[in-house]
Amino acid sequence: MAMDYSEKVMDHFTNPRNVGEIEDASGEGTVGNAVCGDIMRIYLDIDDDNVIQDAKFKTFGCGAAIATSSMATELVKGKTVQEALEVTNKAVMEALDGLPAVKVHCSLLAEEAIHAALWDYAEKNGIQIEGLEKPVSDIGEHDHHHQVELVEDEEDL
Amino acid sequence: MKQIYLDNASTTPLRPEVLDVMLPYFTGEFGNPSSIYPLGQHASDAVAAAREQLAGFIGAKSKEVYFTSGGTESDNWAIKGYAHANAARGKHLITSAIEHHAVLHAFQALERDGFEVTYLPVDAEGLISPAGFEAAIREDTILASIMFANNEIGTIEPIAELAAIAKAHGVAFHTDAVQAFAHVPINVDELGIDMLSASAHKLNGPKGVGLLYLRRGIKVDNLMDGGQQERGRRATTENVPGIVGFAKAAELAFAELDTEVPRLRGLRDHAIKRILVEIPFAKLNGSWKDRLANNVNCSFEFIEGEGMLLQLAARGICVSSGSACTSGSLDPSHVLLAIGLPHEIAHGSLRLTLGHDTTQEDIDFAVDSLKATLENLRMMSPLYEDYQRGNYASIIETRFSTPPDAN
Repeated sequence: MAMDYSEKVMDHFTNPRNVGEIEDASGEGTVGNAVCGDIMRIYLDIDDDNVIQDAKFKTFGCGAAIATSSMATELVKGKTVQEALEVTNKAVMEALDGLPAVKVHCSLLAEEAIHAALWDYAEKNGIQIEGLEKPVSDIGEHDHHHQVELVEDEEDL
Repeated sequence: MKQIYLDNASTTPLRPEVLDVMLPYFTGEFGNPSSIYPLGQHASDAVAAAREQLAGFIGAKSKEVYFTSGGTESDNWAIKGYAHANAARGKHLITSAIEHHAVLHAFQALERDGFEVTYLPVDAEGLISPAGFEAAIREDTILASIMFANNEIGTIEPIAELAAIAKAHGVAFHTDAVQAFAHVPINVDELGIDMLSASAHKLNGPKGVGLLYLRRGIKVDNLMDGGQQERGRRATTENVPGIVGFAKAAELAFAELDTEVPRLRGLRDHAIKRILVEIPFAKLNGSWKDRLANNVNCSFEFIEGEGMLLQLAARGICVSSGSACTSGSLDPSHVLLAIGLPHEIAHGSLRLTLGHDTTQEDIDFAVDSLKATLENLRMMSPLYEDYQRGNYASIIETRFSTPPDAN
């Protein structure tokens, strides 16, 4: 099945921004699991004014998963923790000029990965971030977010 | 950018010699084979000659070969047609868990019609056990359908043995030979096959044409009602150019079988060896011994298949994967799951299928590109990071450490 990716998605997949790790990150969050075929891990470096100075990611997943991780990290950089909460899956999708319907779950995963990293930051610092709930989709307790239509593979006919 | 096409199990390019023999039947010789005047007779003669030629390649009689629109129709016709025509004798059917969807979904349709179907499991190499097959046969079993060779992992099934067991129990035997026809020698009498499906576009022939071999005396209901084409068994005006092209493609393929199969096998083994030696955390899927000469299917750990395919496509390499992301469904390929691959590494599978135009340079370029792609994707992978930190055990290392031997 040919994938209908926008140029932005292909750009962020081919040249992903912010790949890597942050040593002693202020917050680190991992969502998804290998059985489902996508895992996203986001690292945040947050300064004393609650501003995200740097964001890095590592992702196991399809082209859309890598592109959304790349875009999500771009979008949160320079934002305050509170502002970063507004980087929703919809915002990530819009910044990428859209995603094919079967890949919308990738953008949800990116939103959750950011939330998981912020939650980790809040926990480490004993603070509460208004509007942030404990993420549920850590590895092992992943609730399927694959809101996709079941389409059978009909190649090789 | 040069394009390297390594997806010949999906479809193949039409050979120029095949196009040459097809072209007149689109224009000057456009007649309907059912018409009585010479134009119709020419078309009718061309179809008859193609039928005779194709029958000869599998040791069948001309009257036992029926043209269809492709492998899917042939499979549906054989399976549904036979089951319905013979339902009075019993309603139990047998197939395997690794069949193509054309077969699996035909059986599922029959289940909705009140038939009972046994889906035989396969071993880690994708092979069906003849003893397991025999044990599954019941008093009311009427039909078994087992693919000749698997489209994803290339495993060649023990067809002669399975067909002999079916015959001993009075069970009709169909085989989906879409990947095997003109890729391995097939003689329907020696192998004891009652029904066989084949398709032209897997052997450098045109799309939209296939055949069903029906052994004389085998009763099947028609799928298509209408005119008297195909001896009243399959209505619709014959796809004359397609049929002529199918015969030519098969003629070329069978003539070259003795040289082409060893050539492809050499390239295949070169690819497999390079992958297993040069790429860490790689595993060959399927059997090395009982394998189509043109099929390479490997799993790579810590990465997901679609990313691999896109990066390879960016280098001009056309290949396919059994990952869920590329199929649009939630689960990875049913074949990879049936041979016991955990989801994690089934997602990271890659299929290279070689063809008439494939060279060693193509293979080397593809393997070099694959190495670079995997290094790149693994660098991005949180699973690989966890592995390097000692927080994640490699599935391939712990469960599939011994590569199967080439024989």
